[in-house]
Amino acid sequence: MSTPIAYFLLVSAALFTIGTVGVMVRKNALLIFMSVELQLNGVNLALVAFSRMHGNLVGQALTFFSMVVAAAEVVVGLAIIVFVFRRRRTANVDDLSVLRW
Amino acid sequence: MSADQIVFWVFAPISIGSAIAMLFQRNAVHAALFLIVNFFTIAVFYLVLDAPFLFAVQIIVYAGAIMVLFLFVIMLLGVDRDEVLTERVWWQRPAAVLLGVGVFAELFVAIRAGVGFATKGADAFAETANRGGNPQALSRVLFRDYLFPFEATSILLILAAIAAIVLAHRRRRAITRAERDAEETAVLEPEVVP
Repeated sequence: MSTPIAYFLLVSAALFTIGTVGVMVRKNALLIFMSVELQLNGVNLALVAFSRMHGNLVGQALTFFSMVVAAAEVVVGLAIIVFVFRRRRTANVDDLSVLRW
Repeated sequence: MSADQIVFWVFAPISIGSAIAMLFQRNAVHAALFLIVNFFTIAVFYLVLDAPFLFAVQIIVYAGAIMVLFLFVIMLLGVDRDEVLTERVWWQRPAAVLLGVGVFAELFVAIRAGVGFATKGADAFAETANRGGNPQALSRVLFRDYLFPFEATSILLILAAIAAIVLAHRRRRAITRAERDAEETAVLEPEVVP
């Protein structure tokens, strides 16, 4: 493999940044959630790239765990969004200010 | 230019482009589809980085299961409603872009200082780390060094499933006799509309 590892890390950093901006800009709770997924994938890519760089599989094992946690997080998060939507008839985060003081 | 470089330079623009397209897409379904494209390109990167097991898991779990879940919830919440784009705080969007540029600059500096643009992957990865095939080698790491975290994730998944059921389950309320009687009388004596 002759591609420098830093290139993969740069792609991963770009994906993470786009995800971060998405979380801050989007208003729909679902799209915020998708941006979080994008961030998670950016970090996973960095972990696999580091695994390749150091020549062991610890990074890949961490990515595996991160995927499991992401799956659990998506299940619970989407259930919460559906629950809130049933109560309030909206998925816009600006309208959900009950917990704000 | 070797094969993995060509693959990288073909798929890196697609990856970042689909991510940016997702960011600017107003329709939730289109955003989800761009995200699926992005997940596929990341799977290709895993293949280039000698992680074929994670390549398969990425496509099955992320592009398959998780995105189906997303599309299902989009359908449940209504496909046709577009996002409301009015901002409560007028400077939120420029501030977000500014912060994003800052985060990327910081990551760029960190990558340049910590890894450097000349560092290549470890030599003979297939013979050392991936000895006997990537799934076999990864399973050795998972079941030998990380057995306890691996078992703990099973509890996490069960808890997540139970939590989703508890949250999404609509409890059917028992209909009381008084309500049923009221309904019957309402049918018998229709309300007089003024």
